[in-house]
Amino acid sequence: MSFFKKLKEKITHQTDSVTEKFKDGLTKTRDSFVGKVNDLVKNYRKVDEEFFEELEDILISADVGVHTVMELIDELKDEARTRNISDAVDIQPVISEKLAELLQKSEEETKLNMQEDGLTVILFVGVNGVGKTTTIGKMAHKFKEDGKNVLLAAGDTFRAGAIEQLEVWGERVGVDVIKQHAGSDPAAVMFDAIQSAKSRNADILLCDTAGRLQNKVNLMKELEKVKKVITREIPDAPHEVLLVLDATTGQNAMSQAKTFGQATDVSGIVLTKLDGTAKGGIVLAIRHELDIPVKYVGLGEGMDDLQEFQADQYVHGLFADVLEKAEEAAGE
Amino acid sequence: MAFEGLAERLQGTLNKIRGKGKVSEADVKEMMREVRLALLEADVNFKVVKEFIAKVKERAIGQEVLQSLTPGQQVIKVVNEELTALMGGEQSKIAVSTKPPTVVMMVGLQGAGKTTTTGKLANYLRKKQNRQPLMVAADIYRPAAIKQLETLGKQLDMPVFSMGDKVSPVEIAKNAMDKAKEDHHDYVLIDTAGRLHVDEDLMKELEEIKELTKPDEILLVVDAMTGQDAVNVAESFNERLGITGVVLTKLDGDTRGGAALSVKAVTDTPIKFAGMGEKVDALEPFHPERMASRILGMGDVLTLIEKAQSSVDEEKAKELERKMRTNDLTFDDFLEQLNQVKSMGPLDELLNMMPGAGKMKGLKNVQVDDKQLGHIEAIVQSMTKAEKQDPSLLNASRRRRIAKGSGTSVQEVNRLIKQFGEMKKMMKQMSGMQKGKGKKKKGGFNLPFM
Repeated sequence: MSFFKKLKEKITHQTDSVTEKFKDGLTKTRDSFVGKVNDLVKNYRKVDEEFFEELEDILISADVGVHTVMELIDELKDEARTRNISDAVDIQPVISEKLAELLQKSEEETKLNMQEDGLTVILFVGVNGVGKTTTIGKMAHKFKEDGKNVLLAAGDTFRAGAIEQLEVWGERVGVDVIKQHAGSDPAAVMFDAIQSAKSRNADILLCDTAGRLQNKVNLMKELEKVKKVITREIPDAPHEVLLVLDATTGQNAMSQAKTFGQATDVSGIVLTKLDGTAKGGIVLAIRHELDIPVKYVGLGEGMDDLQEFQADQYVHGLFADVLEKAEEAAGE
Repeated sequence: MAFEGLAERLQGTLNKIRGKGKVSEADVKEMMREVRLALLEADVNFKVVKEFIAKVKERAIGQEVLQSLTPGQQVIKVVNEELTALMGGEQSKIAVSTKPPTVVMMVGLQGAGKTTTTGKLANYLRKKQNRQPLMVAADIYRPAAIKQLETLGKQLDMPVFSMGDKVSPVEIAKNAMDKAKEDHHDYVLIDTAGRLHVDEDLMKELEEIKELTKPDEILLVVDAMTGQDAVNVAESFNERLGITGVVLTKLDGDTRGGAALSVKAVTDTPIKFAGMGEKVDALEPFHPERMASRILGMGDVLTLIEKAQSSVDEEKAKELERKMRTNDLTFDDFLEQLNQVKSMGPLDELLNMMPGAGKMKGLKNVQVDDKQLGHIEAIVQSMTKAEKQDPSLLNASRRRRIAKGSGTSVQEVNRLIKQFGEMKKMMKQMSGMQKGKGKKKKGGFNLPFM
C-alpha cells in the first residue's frame, strides 16, 4: 500500500478544508464509481475475463470513454499477468494506481499562468450552458479575496440576459464589469475592457464569451477574432484560455476540447458541476487523449466551491474510503 | 465528426462475410461488438446498450439473408429497426387541455437550456398552432434568469409573467395562473430553476408547483451532449415529478446524442421536441426514427430526402434534368439550382445529414461557408444575359468587368467559370449513366449497405 501512503503524505501539508471540499464534492463519484469497484472485488474474488468485462462497464458508465477504457483494461491485464495477481483484492490498488497515473501526468501545469506584475488576461470559452459566467463570478471572488484588482468583460453579447447575469456577479463580488449593449461586437467589448484594465491598473481581466457549439464554423471564427484583438493589445495575452466543460457531458467533451483547442489554443480546462454527477470520468479521457490539463473544478454551488484542481486531492477524494481502510489495516 | 459511424466501424467485419448465405453466430458476435462500441461512443447508457445488444443478437443469429440484402445490410437493418422501436415509433405532440389554459412545466439540470426552450416553445405554439401562451419566470435563483426570459419575451413580442426574485416560485406560479385565466391565455409555460437532481429542497419546490398548477405537461429539458449520467437525471426527475415528455436541446451540435436513447429507455416518455439552433425559431418536432440513424452515424438520410423533396420544385427539376441531358445548362440554371440548395438550409447541416459524408476524404474537413454562395450569386448576377447563356463569351476583359461588378476578384470569377465547366462535364457523364441504367433512382442518394 505504499502508493496510498505516498498520496497521504503529499496532501497532509495542505489545509484540511481543501481536502474536505474535494472529499465532499466527489461524494457521488466515489459512492457510485469506487463503490462499484469495491463490490466488484467482493463479488468476483478471482481476476478473470468476466471480471475485466465488468470493470470495463464500470469505467464506461463513468464517462471515461471507450478508447481510454480499452487501453486501461489492456494495461491492467498485462499488469495482472506480470505481477501474477489472481485475487481480485490484490488488483484493486493497481486499478487506483493506474487511474492516479493518468491524472498525475505532471504537477506544475495545473497552476494558472499569472503575471507577476502587470495585467493577466484570462479568456473563457465553451459551449452553451456549461457555466462560463458562473465560473467567472466565482473566480473573480477568489481573486478579490486574494486582494487582487479584478475586472470583468461582458463578452457574451448574444444570449438574452447574459450581460445582466455577469453584472449581478460583479455586484455580488464587488468588481466592475465592462460592457456594451446586447448584440454588439464581442471583439469591441474586449478592446474596451483591455483599455479600461490598463488605465485602472487592474491585475486580472476575466473575459466572458458567448457559448457556442464547436461545429459552428462562423462562431468559432468570431472567437478567434476575439482572441486576436486581445493579443493585438497585449502581445502575450490572453495568458490563459480556459475551456469550461460540464462534467455531465459525455464523449462530445472530446470534440469540444479538440475544436476549441484548435481555434483558441486552450491552455486549461475548468470542469463544472462535478458535485452533481456520479461521473466526471471524462477528466481521465481528456488527460489521456488530449493532454490539456484540468486547472479548476466546480465542486458545489457556493461562491468558494470552485477549487484549483489537484490530482492528488482528486485521487484522494475518490479513494478516501479505500485509503482509510488501508490505514486501519496497517494500524492493526 | 468526432467518431466514426457504425457504417464505417462495421466495414471490416462486413468485408469478411460478404457473399455468405447465412450469418453465423461468430459473425454476429463480432459485429455486435462493433455495434456496442458505436453505441457507447454515442453516449448511450451502458445498461441500455447491454439489453439492446442481447435483443439484436437473438434476432440476427441464424436469420436467412434476404435476397435483396447482403449479410451486413441485414444486420444493420435489424439494428436500425430495433433502435427505432426503442426510440418510440411515432412522433408525438404537445398536450392540449380540454380546460384551458394548458399548463406546461419546464424542468431540468442547470445549463440544459430551459429558459431558451421556453421562449422557443412559446414561439412555436403561436406560430404553428395559433396559441397565446404566457411565459412565467419562476427561476429566482440564477442571476438574471428572469431578465433572460423577459428579453426573450420582448424579442418575440410575447408576454412574460414575473414578480422579481424575492417572491417564492410557488407564489409566482399561483399568481401566473390567475393572470393567465384573466387574460385568456390558452397555454402557460413555467420556466423553473435549473437544479441538480440530487438537490432535495429544489425538488420539493417543483413538487409544490406541480401540486398547485396541475400541469398537463411536464417537460424534462435534456442537453443532447449529456453522457452516461442522463439515465440518473431522467430517473430522478421522473420519480419525483412524473414527467410527460422530453425536449432534447443543442442537437445542432456534432454530438451523436445517445442520451436520447437512454432517457427514452428509462422514462418511457416520448421526446417531443429538439432544439436545433440558437435562434428563437430553432425548435423542431422530434423524429424518433431519424434519431436512430444519427446515433448509429448513418446520417439523417430521411430528413435530407424530405428537405430536398419539399424545397425542390418538381417542374423546375424536370426542366433542369432535360437541360442536363442535352447539355445546354446555362449560368441561369446554375443560379436557380444554387438557390434551391440554399433554401434547404445551411450547407454544412445538409452535408452532415448525408450518410458517408464523414467517410469521403474531401468532405471530412470541409467547412462550408454560406457566404461563399453569396459571392457566387453576385458573380453570376454581374453577367450579361448573353454571357449567362454562353460562357464561351467570357474573355479577359469581360471577366474583369464581372469581378468589379460583383465586388470579387478575377481569380474568383475564373474559378467559378472553371467549376461550371466541370459541372457540365460531370452532368453529361451522369446523365449518360442514368440512361444506361434505364431508370433514375428515387432521391438519388445511395446509402452505404442499403
